[in-house]
Amino acid sequence: MAIKLPRHHTALCAACFDRYVVDQVERGIRSYRMFRRDERILVAVSGGKDSLGLWDLLNRMGYTTTGVHVQQGIDGYSNKSETTTRAFAEANRLPLVVYDLNHEYGGGVTAMAETTRRSACSACGTVKRYAFNKIGRELGFPVVATGHNLDDEAARLLGNLLRWQVDYLAKQSPALPASHAKLIRKVKPLFRLTEQEVAAYAVLRKIEYVIDECPMSHDANSLQYKAVLNQLEHQSPGTKQFFYLEFLRRQPLGGAEASTENVVLNECARCGEPTTGTLCGHCRLVAPLTQARQAGSDPAMNSGPAASVAPITPVTIDWNA
Amino acid sequence: MLIKCHHPTRDVIMKGPKQVRAVLGELKLLPETVLVIRNDTLVTEDELVADEDTIEIRPVISGGAGWSGGPDRLSWAVSRAV
Repeated sequence: MAIKLPRHHTALCAACFDRYVVDQVERGIRSYRMFRRDERILVAVSGGKDSLGLWDLLNRMGYTTTGVHVQQGIDGYSNKSETTTRAFAEANRLPLVVYDLNHEYGGGVTAMAETTRRSACSACGTVKRYAFNKIGRELGFPVVATGHNLDDEAARLLGNLLRWQVDYLAKQSPALPASHAKLIRKVKPLFRLTEQEVAAYAVLRKIEYVIDECPMSHDANSLQYKAVLNQLEHQSPGTKQFFYLEFLRRQPLGGAEASTENVVLNECARCGEPTTGTLCGHCRLVAPLTQARQAGSDPAMNSGPAASVAPITPVTIDWNA
Repeated sequence: MLIKCHHPTRDVIMKGPKQVRAVLGELKLLPETVLVIRNDTLVTEDELVADEDTIEIRPVISGGAGWSGGPDRLSWAVSRAV
């Protein structure tokens, strides 16, 4: 068996491919000083190939990791994601934190999107970023790692360029610093590996992951950008790698740090988390649900500001305890 | 050969033997967007699939549901340009 890597003009046997994947991740971690050997890492885990592959890799490489899974409450999808994530954690005796949106707010991503008229992907991203940072900080983790791969980052870069989102361009780095006392570092150790390489790693490692994609994300813009980039990659292998890694190379030294220097962060008037405004995006997102829960009514009938925000109460599972 | 597909889950019958590259071509799939698996082993584009073989074609793209033939964007994301 051989795994072809057209962008490197080579094909590798399973053992060499495994070494290649580990090398690429080590190189990424080292080049951006993502974390030290003695630091505990919170790994955001959805149950898909990227996040479970990342968790498996970091664990094999000897890092001390804990998974965090957000139960999004999406019918026909989220329960399978949680079951798959729990099964991986238990099989590898790795601690896992489960954060259930239905339990916290009385509704999941679908309800949040409907009550605020936002896209499900936007609502999901907002609530997950908030949860990962707050859970990580409150449990004493200095850094959260996500499974974003080269394809994800190249597609994001293309989207930001097409819209000339200059602020977002400056922040697009595999490692974001803790730019506020209440923010923990965010890193993407898989940024040097393509989506196909990560999937091949998961198959070779016999990792059981959720193959189905989120039913709410079928209209995501990122898919269009990935389609264009894959057509280009097919014609000219190495295009995605050159596009994204060259962008990083040309960023001013310390681009991510520099991009946050002039951003003034306040504390949200409701939850106290960092925000550029007075009320953070998370509080605006969950306001109708939390208000409806307090009033005991249908959240779709509420449009005013939330009276309060539910506290974070993640459930930690330690198989070794 | 029996081809097990995802998004949506379905079986496709195709006459073999045939190179994986040709199978993907008939299904209008870009090789960069899928893994081809036979007996729990990854199969490369230049390998032959026999008429009696069963293979799984597993999409690798994250971010959506649906596959070729559907009006959604994932089908476009994994398909060859026409």
